[in-house]
Amino acid sequence: MTKSELIEVVAQEANLTKGRAEMVINTIFEAMVEALQRGEGIEIRGFGSFTVRQYKSYEGRNPRTGDAVHVAPKRLPFFKVGKDLRLRVNGQRPAPPPRRPESSKPAATSSVSSPKPSVVPDPGMTEDVI
Amino acid sequence: MTKADIIDRVCERVGGFSKKEAADLVESVFDVMKATLENGEKIKISGFGNFVVREKKPRPGRNPQTGTEIMIEARRVLTFKPSPVLKSALNGEA
Repeated sequence: MTKSELIEVVAQEANLTKGRAEMVINTIFEAMVEALQRGEGIEIRGFGSFTVRQYKSYEGRNPRTGDAVHVAPKRLPFFKVGKDLRLRVNGQRPAPPPRRPESSKPAATSSVSSPKPSVVPDPGMTEDVI
Repeated sequence: MTKADIIDRVCERVGGFSKKEAADLVESVFDVMKATLENGEKIKISGFGNFVVREKKPRPGRNPQTGTEIMIEARRVLTFKPSPVLKSALNGEA
């Protein structure tokens, strides 16, 4: 799948024009590139995280000719796949249920101040939450 | 940077979406990507990089703590290869 195919699928799913979907997707990746440029990491829940790794200069070799080459210090992006996606890619768990609104923790739903007995099961919560 | 920052950026840059709509859109972009990768299909984002699902063969390994030999099973892993454009952007060459 290329970026333009991703744009088409998202446009269709979200009922947007391709032009709008393209702006959204370009904005997402631009924001990510800029964060990495600042040396900032990116964390996308359920997908993975990106960090910038600093590499020192070293004397390498051209693998084809065997010539010694100097490799300047550099920064490279590093992607670490999230646990959920890692399992899904490996066919280990079905796609997760549609996401719940807001936090994933079973927080007090309506009244913030009222004390909540810890043993009473939250009716909205299912057992599959790990 | 988290998803929330990306959502804010989408709201700023692409007008006409509520926060909720922008959040749903960003979510759907990553959902489509996840489903694609789950199917073993790679994703190529020009100017950013490629996400590729690779088949790893089984290989003997060892528990580094105990030294016990174990077999690492065949599995599929996700790798990211940054585009040359992203690499040079990180090294002040863009």
